[in-house]
Amino acid sequence: MKAFLKKESTQKLLASLLSILIGLVVGAIVVLIVGLFNKSISLKGAWEGIRLIFIGILSTGRSASGALTWGFNPASIGNMLFRATPLIMTGLSVALAFKTGLFNIGAPGQYLMGTLATLFIALSIPSGALPGWLIWLLAFLGGLLAGALWGAIPGLVKAFLNINEVLACIMTNWIAANLVTWAFDVSNLKNMVEGTKSGYIYKTTYGLVDGSYVDGAGVATAKLGLDKLFPGSQINAGILVAILLAIGVYILISKTTLGYELKACGANRHAARYAGIHDKRNIVLSMALSGALAAAGASLYFLSGNTEFFWSTYQSLPAAGFNGIPVALLALNNPIGVIFSAIFMAMLNIVGLQLTNLTAYNEYITDVIIAVIVYLSAFSLAIRMLIAGRSKKKKAAEEPKRTPTEPPVKPEDAKNEKGGDKA
Amino acid sequence: MTFLIQQTLIYAVPLMIVALAGVFAERSGIINLALEGIMIFGAFMGVLFVNLSQTAGWFIEAKAAGDWMALQGFELLAMLVAALMGAIFSLLLSFASINLRADQTIGGTALNLMAPALVLFFIRLIANQNTLQMATGDSASWFMIKKSTLGFDKNADLGFLGNTLLHKVYLATYVCILIFIILSIILYKTRFGLRMRSCGENPQAADSLGINVYKMRYAGVTISGALAGMGGFVYSLTTANCTSNGDVAGFGFLALAVMIFGNWKPLNIAGASLLFGLFKCIAAAYSSLDINGDGVYMLAQIGISSHLYRMLPYVITLVVLAFTSKGSRAPKAEGIPYDKGSR
Repeated sequence: MKAFLKKESTQKLLASLLSILIGLVVGAIVVLIVGLFNKSISLKGAWEGIRLIFIGILSTGRSASGALTWGFNPASIGNMLFRATPLIMTGLSVALAFKTGLFNIGAPGQYLMGTLATLFIALSIPSGALPGWLIWLLAFLGGLLAGALWGAIPGLVKAFLNINEVLACIMTNWIAANLVTWAFDVSNLKNMVEGTKSGYIYKTTYGLVDGSYVDGAGVATAKLGLDKLFPGSQINAGILVAILLAIGVYILISKTTLGYELKACGANRHAARYAGIHDKRNIVLSMALSGALAAAGASLYFLSGNTEFFWSTYQSLPAAGFNGIPVALLALNNPIGVIFSAIFMAMLNIVGLQLTNLTAYNEYITDVIIAVIVYLSAFSLAIRMLIAGRSKKKKAAEEPKRTPTEPPVKPEDAKNEKGGDKA
Repeated sequence: MTFLIQQTLIYAVPLMIVALAGVFAERSGIINLALEGIMIFGAFMGVLFVNLSQTAGWFIEAKAAGDWMALQGFELLAMLVAALMGAIFSLLLSFASINLRADQTIGGTALNLMAPALVLFFIRLIANQNTLQMATGDSASWFMIKKSTLGFDKNADLGFLGNTLLHKVYLATYVCILIFIILSIILYKTRFGLRMRSCGENPQAADSLGINVYKMRYAGVTISGALAGMGGFVYSLTTANCTSNGDVAGFGFLALAVMIFGNWKPLNIAGASLLFGLFKCIAAAYSSLDINGDGVYMLAQIGISSHLYRMLPYVITLVVLAFTSKGSRAPKAEGIPYDKGSR
């Protein structure tokens, strides 16, 4: 048991689980305090809220007598997996950049550019001109390409002009938000068929038939029978694509030369250059790959056929992009871990909906929980030392010169080089 | 022209004050990526304060009595509340990055996620919708200073300067400019300012001279939080129609851009924020903008989309950064947790 606890990977895992637990407890405490101070909620409502926060995914609604009922809820589980799909992709995007020592806060912008390219391709090709699967594939790859190009911009200015990538990413995010709004504003893809849907782009199930859009003539991700497994949910094969891509990123990072070079650049850019690795090329490549991954999240989300894009997005950035950051941090940048942390985030998302539907609380409490988890992961080193606790102290007494465990996520470049004070 | 100057000022002032907030944090050595989050939090707290004092009835009395001084006093008080709450919220960042030596970028991101979540959670509980109004009725006009407020006749002509600076303006704008000037002087001309800046350049050297780096960094981030919180409230007062909805439309990030654009120097920042404010103003009102008052809407006639004007500040920042990145002078020690033992 002791040896198990001492293992670094175990400690990392425990630190993540502890962060999750603390996050959930903080959420529960907020719910409790609000319940105590708000007369219309009272202690009974607060208790319902707390139970929903922890096991809301198993909620099946309320019984006739008004009590919460619990059990396997296929619609919730299916929707959870559906919502996890873009999160896995943006999480992978942030994690891959972290591996190269870059903080990709530009995922929202890359996500938006992916949305733009995917929707334009999927909706512009007249249905029947090409087979449906080919249109789907073109739209998906187009999204990837757009994201890669957009992600390459911060990479390029970082590598060649030494501009901090966090700043470049923030700028490109807002440029993307305005650009996407602009492009859709002048396009003819705004949903005109359904009168109540003003401000939305056509779903991809709409296809161009003789110059006008008809529902059902477009493309959508195949369901592969998953909708039978989780009836009543929006799930489709996108989740499988996302998992495959996660495995692909894992192989890229841990089993290939390119992955090794990327990691070497992340560990120490200057040492990597000394070892003959093209550090500049790798920074650009890493950001481009990250961009493609984030954009793939958007493509999978909007090609599902039951999601609509609100095009006037210039004042806000998509949450799916930002949520890639907590997903990656929680998974400690492990691509396989990203799958699970994204599913966890999606579960919180569903829990939030259950809270809104069933209690007087609302879904934003789950965002508070996510924020607490990110906050804790910022000093995960301190938490890990806490877990290692006594055994480490003993060890320190035995061998006083032993170095502490290697620090976790450290985008070194983000810290040392801002705005180019280093050549 | 009057309209253009007024609107530009209205957009520029929150940017300016929040960019100065960024300067205080970074000059002390802490990257404050959480400006956006702190703005959101401050805006909410200020709006909530006005909302509660209105429910308590003080507000209506002052309004009914036509007591404009009291109303302006409320405005100042709300700014103070927002600043105080912003400072308290920023303690989360200082604690993580100074005491626990956490990654400042991630800590700031956490605060950016936290603020809208918390704010929207409470707004939903309080107002049952996603926006919290400051007060019922046209609260923007309650706080606005007009000719009649100052005792002039409604049709009196105050000349160009008078019309521009005294009619339809907010006290908050001028207070912010005053605070900006005072704090810039403190940062550059006092012992405290010099010590704080030294902690952002070479904390080891500062420490060797007996300066408490931890305290200085706490001071920097706390001042930063107060300014950002106040800026958030000013934003919601002057540009967001006196509401709080868990969003400041990227002003915090834009302020970060202004700070870098201005090379971490107050005077340049003032200039940069005016430029950015001008673009924001043009983007918002270009179709009805009559620059020289001859009834010709020049910008509308050129026919450039408002999307372009909205995008320009970010594009310009990126391009300018690309050209000046070699000469830009970020505080040397920013982003690096201070460790007494390291050399």
